[in-house]
Amino acid sequence: MTAARRALLVQPLAVLLVLAGFVVWLRTADLTAGERTTLNPSDLLAYTGEHLALTFVSAVIVLVVALPLGVLLTRGPFRRVSGPVLAVANVGQAAPAIGLVVLLAAWLGYNFRAAVVALVLYAVLPVLRNTMIGLQSVDPRLVEAGRGMGMSSSRVLFSVELPLAVPVMLSGIRTALVLLVGSAALATFIGAGGLGLLITTGVNLFLPRVLVSGALLIALLALLIDWVGRVVEHVARPKGLSPA
Amino acid sequence: MSSTDTTTDQRSDAVSGRSILLDQVTKRYPGQDRPAVDGITLEIPEGKIVMLVGPSGCGKTTTLKMINRLIEPSEGRIVLGGDDVTGIDGDELRRRIGYVIQAGGLFPHMTVAKNIGLVPGMLGWSKERTAARVDELLELVSLDPAVYRDRYPRELSGGQQQRVGVARALAADPPVLLMDEPFGAVDPITRQRLQDELINIQAELQKTIVIVTHDFDEAVKLGDWIVVFSEGAHIVQYDTPERILAEPANEFVERFIGSGAGLKQLTLTRVRDVELADAVTVRPGERASDVLSRLDAAGHGHAVVVDDRGRPLRWPSRRELAQAQVVPEGRDEALPVVGQGATLNDALDTMLVSSAGAAVVTGRRDAFVGVITVEVVMEAITSARRGAAAEASDAPVGTNTGSLEGLGQESGAAPGADGGSAS
Repeated sequence: MTAARRALLVQPLAVLLVLAGFVVWLRTADLTAGERTTLNPSDLLAYTGEHLALTFVSAVIVLVVALPLGVLLTRGPFRRVSGPVLAVANVGQAAPAIGLVVLLAAWLGYNFRAAVVALVLYAVLPVLRNTMIGLQSVDPRLVEAGRGMGMSSSRVLFSVELPLAVPVMLSGIRTALVLLVGSAALATFIGAGGLGLLITTGVNLFLPRVLVSGALLIALLALLIDWVGRVVEHVARPKGLSPA
Repeated sequence: MSSTDTTTDQRSDAVSGRSILLDQVTKRYPGQDRPAVDGITLEIPEGKIVMLVGPSGCGKTTTLKMINRLIEPSEGRIVLGGDDVTGIDGDELRRRIGYVIQAGGLFPHMTVAKNIGLVPGMLGWSKERTAARVDELLELVSLDPAVYRDRYPRELSGGQQQRVGVARALAADPPVLLMDEPFGAVDPITRQRLQDELINIQAELQKTIVIVTHDFDEAVKLGDWIVVFSEGAHIVQYDTPERILAEPANEFVERFIGSGAGLKQLTLTRVRDVELADAVTVRPGERASDVLSRLDAAGHGHAVVVDDRGRPLRWPSRRELAQAQVVPEGRDEALPVVGQGATLNDALDTMLVSSAGAAVVTGRRDAFVGVITVEVVMEAITSARRGAAAEASDAPVGTNTGSLEGLGQESGAAPGADGGSAS
């Protein structure tokens, strides 16, 4: 447990350290005028804000859609289709995100909404898959024990199955969040903003330092989100389960 | 039906169990032409342990799960203590019936106390009442509440988990207890101890208990009555262990009993049925010389050290006592102990393992009651062989297809109705 806690402390410290290094570099480096305009602090904050907005709006929609759907697909009559759905989910995961973003933009227009829809489609899969797997991996004898002592099926779901599936479900949610932070960089291609803008600007105007700054900030954001996810997993893991 | 009503009326205060009647119950699964359970009529008398045995896939577990309607019967009625429960709410029914599965089936994310308190919680008991009940039940299954109450199942041994499973099933004091292969997942020594404990608990509570097992020795040891099933839950023989061993209904039962039926007779006599030797009980810290003089006065060689609840701790020999100043403290892990409910077979085993030639006998809540010796066991064997199993007069009905009334007459002619002759 203590080793796991230490790992949880190291990650944000490393992120903060690199971020501090970046800020120092930004203030002291000998930047061209173009670079300075692109990398001015208020714009950077705005990009980050857009990026986080894309991520969180998508994440909320993903949770609202995928969690109930995952539960539903492991219930009685729907259990039969859970196999095919899992197969589709696995294949869908392999589809390139950039293709999805551009295709949806062609259909829904080049805006925030199209970006969110694309991100949701992409990130719904790991959450759905882990919700189903988490619920399916609950020992069926425990479900039977619950029913055998007179729990209703919804009571078994909420006080036995879901708590036991929490670790697997949360790790799916964390995967989805990290995926969202990374994929949100593609939103810039359809004019939905975010830190990806730094990368496209860097490429288009051949400003490698802007490009690297964008990539670095996205990576730091992803690591930070991943850390938050890990903390939640650590705290929300039901007591009594063996440590992961 | 009349037979059930009379047994219900005759219920004494000591018996907290209720009778169960499966009335022409059938279970068919879609897509299978043969029913899993075929028109079974089975009467389970109140306050008794009935063992369902048979080869795997014979429908014994399905039969058990139809009693609490975890599996809904396709046809037939289930009557619990005179009340038809075939149509009532299944969840509500199951809260009134204790259910134990292999390895306890404890919820790993809940503490022992929470696991046990689940059914009382659903029944709306107050926190205080539930907490008191949890402690009472932990005591009953020989686990110290202060130590185990707040532990998680992961922190318990297999045998302890199984004990908590039994405590959980007993939480709301249900009249009926159903157990599905309850001791299948523990090692043989733990299994024997758990069986002994169940016998002691049953002597105290007198529930109606139905146990599914594939282990015929377990059935002989625990059962007041044994139902031997063949495929489709056809009842081949429903009789007392004594009579099944002495007079197996047919070759199928004979094969199921297996070899060594003669030796299995040893499992029919329990330690509480034979005369135990007395012993001088002493407390740790007493002066050894005092104990020796008390031993001389009593005229026998056993001094048993007990704790403040009367549970045996160790068993010093005269020589050990002569060398020591005071009676030693602590528990001797090698102490040969058998429960009062243990069979002579278990007692003999225990003695042979410890090579002591005798064993300490414990009764309710592991309290010391006496000493059993090899000589007593041998004597019991010879007398058991002389006394042939007397025919049971109050044999409950068990058969397949056909009405209960019609079979009532038939079972009068052949007690322990035989499915072969009925169908």
